Amino acid sequence: MSTPDSTLKKTPTENTEPVTENAWSKLTAFTDARVGLGRSGISVPTKHLLAFQLAHAQAIDAVHAQLNIDELAQTLSQQAWAPAGKPLLLHSLAVDRATYLQRPDYGRRLNNKSAQQLDAHRAKNTQAYDLAIVVVDGLSSLAIEQNTLPFLRELFHQLDNKKNDWTVAPICLVEQGRVAIGDDVCERLNAQCVLVLIGERPGLSSPDSLGLYLTWGGKVGLTDAYRNCISNIRPAGMSYPDAARKAVYLLNEARTLKLSGVKLKDRTDDNAIDTLSDNRNFLVE
Amino acid sequence: MSHPHSSYQFRHVLGGKTFGFVDLADLMAKATPARSGDRLAGVAAESAEERAIAQMTLADVPLSLFLQQALVPYEDDEITRLILDDHDKIAFAEISHLTVGGFRDWLLSDLATSDKLTSIRQGVTPEMAAAVSKIMRNQDLILIAKKCHVKSAFRNTLGLPGHLSTRLQPNHPTDDLTGIAASMLDGLLYANGDAVIGINPATDNVQQATRLIKMMDEVIQHYEIPTQSCVLTHVTNTIECIDQGAPVDLVFQSIGGTQATNDSFGFNLANLAEAQAAALSLNRGTVGNNVMYFETGQGSALSANAHHGLDQQTCEARAYAVARKFNPLLVNTVVGFIGPEYLYDGKEITRAGLEDHFCGKLLGLPMGCDVCYTNHAQADQNDMDNLLTLLGVAGCTFVMGIPGSDDIMLNYQTTSFHDALYARRVLGLKPAPEFDLWLDKMQIVQNSDQFTLNARLPDAFYHSLNRLTGGHS
Repeated sequence: MSTPDSTLKKTPTENTEPVTENAWSKLTAFTDARVGLGRSGISVPTKHLLAFQLAHAQAIDAVHAQLNIDELAQTLSQQAWAPAGKPLLLHSLAVDRATYLQRPDYGRRLNNKSAQQLDAHRAKNTQAYDLAIVVVDGLSSLAIEQNTLPFLRELFHQLDNKKNDWTVAPICLVEQGRVAIGDDVCERLNAQCVLVLIGERPGLSSPDSLGLYLTWGGKVGLTDAYRNCISNIRPAGMSYPDAARKAVYLLNEARTLKLSGVKLKDRTDDNAIDTLSDNRNFLVE
Repeated sequence: MSHPHSSYQFRHVLGGKTFGFVDLADLMAKATPARSGDRLAGVAAESAEERAIAQMTLADVPLSLFLQQALVPYEDDEITRLILDDHDKIAFAEISHLTVGGFRDWLLSDLATSDKLTSIRQGVTPEMAAAVSKIMRNQDLILIAKKCHVKSAFRNTLGLPGHLSTRLQPNHPTDDLTGIAASMLDGLLYANGDAVIGINPATDNVQQATRLIKMMDEVIQHYEIPTQSCVLTHVTNTIECIDQGAPVDLVFQSIGGTQATNDSFGFNLANLAEAQAAALSLNRGTVGNNVMYFETGQGSALSANAHHGLDQQTCEARAYAVARKFNPLLVNTVVGFIGPEYLYDGKEITRAGLEDHFCGKLLGLPMGCDVCYTNHAQADQNDMDNLLTLLGVAGCTFVMGIPGSDDIMLNYQTTSFHDALYARRVLGLKPAPEFDLWLDKMQIVQNSDQFTLNARLPDAFYHSLNRLTGGHS
């Protein structure tokens, strides 16, 4: 038996004030969406308008922040779980952020120096790689700085746990890159598949979202139909263990089927973590 | 500026200069109002003068030439085959003598009534629509689109003159059902959601899609909402959902204007036909049988490297041939989503939104627009206000509605629930008639003629909210 929520009764019954508050504004406890803003007439009230403008200003700033690639490489090389070999520091053909934003084709290819660096690495190392992991700044270096380490720790933990026996190439870090630059890396390292970690474009509430793209047999020219994506990995989004579990599932499936993309369905028995434990929601109980 | 050359199909002499264009695709691209995606593709005019000359040259091209010269080879592309094989010569007869320039005059003239525009629809190819749009000003795109009436229906009637509908888009970054329900409640209480309640799933698989489809179906049934639901997952997933017995209202797919683009999206026309047949077999519509929901956007073909040297707006218009084949309930051009490499700033986004809406309506599609931008584009809320207002004037079928303009899953900004009410109030537009009656019945609106919301929480929702936020004993 539920008792009445007294605050629901306090809501106005007439449009008598300039700002009409919404009785359902407490739903913000259950979502980051901008619900229950209230209204001035039918428009957004001043305080919410200005909060939005601030969030937009911060997101614009996030797009233009530069990844501290040396620091990330050093941190990664100190991790016990990291694959053998120093991280490889790479750069796309896009020389700066302005070029990057207008020329996605440049962001998909390594510059000459990086290409030569990988070719030299391949020539020196005879072992076959099952997997290349490519960390790319994308549109949010904040996402990379914040999520790369905890996600990879969890990924390697799960890969190891399952005795999957993946031989992983040294981690590659790429500046001014897009998803498809992983194909260039995969092909040059002659790895069986590539997992790209990339900063997704910042949202107003999520300047820090990491995306994963798995491509079997990555090579230059593949389209997105050949990839599987796991999105929105961040503290307030998909958790690192969940993301790693999906990634390991997809990696194993890809290796079994020797493909990725549309024909590889994510069938992880994985209902997202609900506030309510079953599939009910408060609107229909 | 180009030099005279024997390989030019089109030439234009201005003073001492001769401008040449190698073929129809080149002429179309160079006549296109400036945008970053065409510069990226290397197909844009090299100067403002060359663009203006291309527009003059294009204006002299007979419409019938588009039936003789395919911009993407017939043998290589199932969309070209669709466009040419399905072309209605009887409908075309009325305009078959016109040039592109003459077509603009005819469309603007009083000869082109709403009924007449309906009757020529199947005689207009996407390339003809794209061509004429390239020589139009924004006000032409608005004026003619407003004359094109396109009705579609499932559980309500969309596209009636004087109406503006919204897709309620309750996306959540982990597909959390309580979070989704919160956004749905917010939207419904702001009188949004008549076009569709449509979720972009964060986790894109058959099981998750089924779970979300069931959840929305329960809400729609519980409150007897005259609207429809859709999970925006891949068409092959939706077919599996239907096979497994999920209550699917609408089938979604992102579509492009070349076969190679759609290959990159992982589907073909046969998949769409199969999905449409599967959805129709469920027989869930109450006032109509339009079961498809398509999304498009300029730049998708180039981004898949599948544009065949065409400009992005011509590719976009060709996608409408795909949509038209499957009698959709909704077609949505997601105009500012793809990013600044295709549409650089607010001005380019605005132009593209008006072009897409015009071309879609001229071809007979229930055209809506996701008036939106990303945080790496040169655009802001003021640009969105402008485009929303212009599209409202143009008779746009629907726009998006989302809490506070902020999509916390897809990470972009689109129109808010409040924005839709602004457009309805300032332009005197109403939601779909069946939905309008429901808003009144549920006491969500106080006065539907003046677009005033009820200040009091409607009883039906009081009980739901109290369950969530009230105490338990």
